[in-house]
Amino acid sequence: MKFGIVVFPGTWSEKDTQYAVSDVLGYESDYIWHDDDNLDQYDVIVLPGGFSYGDFLRCGAIARFSPVMEAVRIFADKGGPVIGICNGFQILCESNLLPGVLMRNDHLEFRCIWTDLRVENTSTIFTSKATEGQLLHIPMSHGEGNYQADEETISRLENNGQVIFRYSDTSGNVTSKINPNGSVNNIAGIINERGNVLGMMPHPEKASEKLIGGDDGNIIFKSLIENTVNSLK
Amino acid sequence: MTVSQQTLDEIALSRTEYEMIIDRLGREPAPLELGLFGALWSEHCGYKHTKALLRTLPSSSKRLLVAPGAENAGVIDLGDGLAIAMKIESHNHPSAVEPFEGAATGVGGIIRDIFAMGARPIALLNSLRFGQPDNARTRYLLNGVIGGISSYGNCIGIPDVGGEIFFSDSYNGNPLVNAMCVGLIENGKVASASAREAGDLLFLVGADTGRDGIHGASGLASKGFEEEAEMRSAVQVGNPFLEKVLIEACMEALELPGVVGLQDCGAAGITSAAIEMAERSGMGLKLFIDRVPRREKGMTPYEVMLSESQERMLIAVTPGGETQVFELFDRWDLDASVIGEFELGNNVKIYDEGEQVCSTPVITLTDSPEYKLASSKPAWLDALQKVNMNAIPMPNMPPIKVMLKMLGSPNIASRFPIYQQYDYHVQTNTVIEPGGDAAVLRLKGSKKGIAISTDCNSRICYLDPSIGASIAVAEACRNISVTGAAPIALTDGLNFGNPETPDVQYQLTESIAGITRAADAFKIPIVSGNASMYNESLGSAIFPTPIIGSLGLLEDAEIHATVGFKSQEDIIVLIGTDSCWDEINDIAGSEYLELIHGKVEGQPRLDLDLEVRAQEVCRKAIKAGLVTSAHDVSDGGIAVAIAECSIIGGIGAVITKALPKRWDAGMFGESQSRILLSLDNKNIDQLESIALSHNVPMTIIGFVKGDSLVFGDSLSIPLTVASEAWQNGFNLATSE
Repeated sequence: MKFGIVVFPGTWSEKDTQYAVSDVLGYESDYIWHDDDNLDQYDVIVLPGGFSYGDFLRCGAIARFSPVMEAVRIFADKGGPVIGICNGFQILCESNLLPGVLMRNDHLEFRCIWTDLRVENTSTIFTSKATEGQLLHIPMSHGEGNYQADEETISRLENNGQVIFRYSDTSGNVTSKINPNGSVNNIAGIINERGNVLGMMPHPEKASEKLIGGDDGNIIFKSLIENTVNSLK
Repeated sequence: MTVSQQTLDEIALSRTEYEMIIDRLGREPAPLELGLFGALWSEHCGYKHTKALLRTLPSSSKRLLVAPGAENAGVIDLGDGLAIAMKIESHNHPSAVEPFEGAATGVGGIIRDIFAMGARPIALLNSLRFGQPDNARTRYLLNGVIGGISSYGNCIGIPDVGGEIFFSDSYNGNPLVNAMCVGLIENGKVASASAREAGDLLFLVGADTGRDGIHGASGLASKGFEEEAEMRSAVQVGNPFLEKVLIEACMEALELPGVVGLQDCGAAGITSAAIEMAERSGMGLKLFIDRVPRREKGMTPYEVMLSESQERMLIAVTPGGETQVFELFDRWDLDASVIGEFELGNNVKIYDEGEQVCSTPVITLTDSPEYKLASSKPAWLDALQKVNMNAIPMPNMPPIKVMLKMLGSPNIASRFPIYQQYDYHVQTNTVIEPGGDAAVLRLKGSKKGIAISTDCNSRICYLDPSIGASIAVAEACRNISVTGAAPIALTDGLNFGNPETPDVQYQLTESIAGITRAADAFKIPIVSGNASMYNESLGSAIFPTPIIGSLGLLEDAEIHATVGFKSQEDIIVLIGTDSCWDEINDIAGSEYLELIHGKVEGQPRLDLDLEVRAQEVCRKAIKAGLVTSAHDVSDGGIAVAIAECSIIGGIGAVITKALPKRWDAGMFGESQSRILLSLDNKNIDQLESIALSHNVPMTIIGFVKGDSLVFGDSLSIPLTVASEAWQNGFNLATSE
């Protein structure tokens, strides 16, 4: 069971991700340079946060053309689990591995805050260790996390249970007041129809230990690990 | 041929200095040479008015690995093979002209100083000063500066964990933007900005060189400026993505056997970087200026030498090592060019297309003139200090109104609206986030942690530059101590007006003396620093602002204290004083005096011995696990400190001591050396015995209780009301 963590020029969350999955949770991981296109030895692919290519043009718009992304598409087509965090989510949307777009936060400012994510669907490989409606206390840090899609896509996502996390208040209420970026329906994370590709704006790898404010992010990685280990058996 | 006054003005050299150059060279300098002198003898690079004073700063410590001034930043040992490189640097003038890029490139510049030491940058802090926020120009500068810091810092993946922001008329038109960076060095791998032997090659890596930033050091930063629009071309433009890639590539390059030195290319560009490297290496240097990759055609050697294009570094490489360097930078899609070669000798020789255009002794260039400063106390200062505080009338509003006004003051209100625009979690080390007295970071792979902070109350420095500077050190250390960490090193960002005027000379001299006295009292060194002069606009100097950045060491990052009250019924204790309330003289230079009465006057006081002892008591109490919260009492006095502990902790407080007749002074006086603790009743005896053994007074002032702030019998404010004033104050004050 080995994580492959993709590194684009400008990525900065690869070390935090490696620390969370390897140092804290004890699973193997390697960095994958963006022009590498061989993912054979990996069981889970992480597209971590950062500013790939400086977010020039549009977040993720250049990274999608990196050789590694074609390999990620093939990996995902075969059913391999892929998680895109923050910039990784943006890249997944740009690559059409997930529907919709991440626009500039509605208030036009960068936002670094702790969020409470309400888990909307626990029957996924990313959330099986959470309970329905559980709140995950996880930081976000982005200027462009305002999730938008056309109405039809949104209702499909909602009806299929593809909306995995929503920004909520500390009591689990999903309100427009608590919405940190203007995302439609307070959406913080979605999966693809097949259920093997997750994109989320908040950073689970930044919530890996109590000393740094909380370890709820581990619930996502532990779910992923358990389900991947089981599928490898 | 005599050089024109206009040429000299452009590079900020005086006629006397020009004659000194002729005297040293034995000839007239060539135009290119004159440009080099202008840059290296600028106040910004040459420290003409400050270097004599800076030598007097304490720099000895058994923890010191790299002495101040020896390299790009000082380095301090933490034990366990870990060391910290840290430095603060100003980018005031560029930010006054173009706030977004000025602030952004200020962040970029200080980061390069840190990774030039082989240190992985792990934290940024920003110490900012602006004019009054009700002014449209201030709001433009404020938004630009915060936007620039946010844009650069967030992109580059270094957490921005602290700093300060302060508003005062004195900074109208001349904001201060000081950025501090802290880097971690593992396994003793400190890098040096020098070559090892003759024949070593000089690489320029990173960005291409353009016409941006020419005369940034000599022109913009080294004289007063009124026609700021004309200076806009002297401001550089930053590219944080390029710098992020450059950091990774340079950190990898330091692992290559052929790489022997790394140097930041900052103020005065290649001129300063390459010539300082030659000086440090004790060698001569040949520079092939035509090999510098350009952003635009037609640049002259003068322009290439003086460009301050960002995101460039110099690397010294032993012959034979160049292939690996080229390969590495190619992998990161970065340019790398050999632009020079170190040689035996004393001269820097510059070649353009095979022709030698300059050959000048290195030492002549780097040994800038040194000026002695007068230091007679101005009469106006005497008058200000002697103002009798008893003459200040009682406020014409009730205590609750004053309290809410204080909590909403832009100098006191919550800074959350700013720091939520900075990423303070990245690298996952942040134990205490911004908003406390100091940030605390854990160090992975070790039990240890560090605390970092910046501080300077410039109002106090204006009223007494010497005591004010000591207080800046005391507060910067107190911020550290209230987390439980022991202060171990300081960096200083000296921001002053025109050093050619007697008043500023007095302020400078006294401030350095004040820093020295306080650092000696804490027995800690100043490991690095920066001096920014000529901070004035429309003829009047800013308040003297010697910003102190402080570093503390926590032996165990798990054992620390935070600001917020934690538990109902905990006892609230004030250490450092035997009285709950301040006296009338303690409102000297306070936020209260300026906000309510519109005055900056009086004589500040500091008992350094008490300060050192009080902080020690605090640290011991935290280490022994006695206290549940700790907070520095500073701007806004005891009443504001209590309110902050309550608001942040979400629990009220009942202060049992009755308010004095001068309740304004009692609540909002700003006497020093006070720390507010809360603790369980069962620990009070132990705290008392620690305080007693250090001869530090303490007084029990009340309880953590309920959901209101209650002061004696006379004042009660619902916590929600106080919280709203404090949370919204900043946005209210800075919106139209």
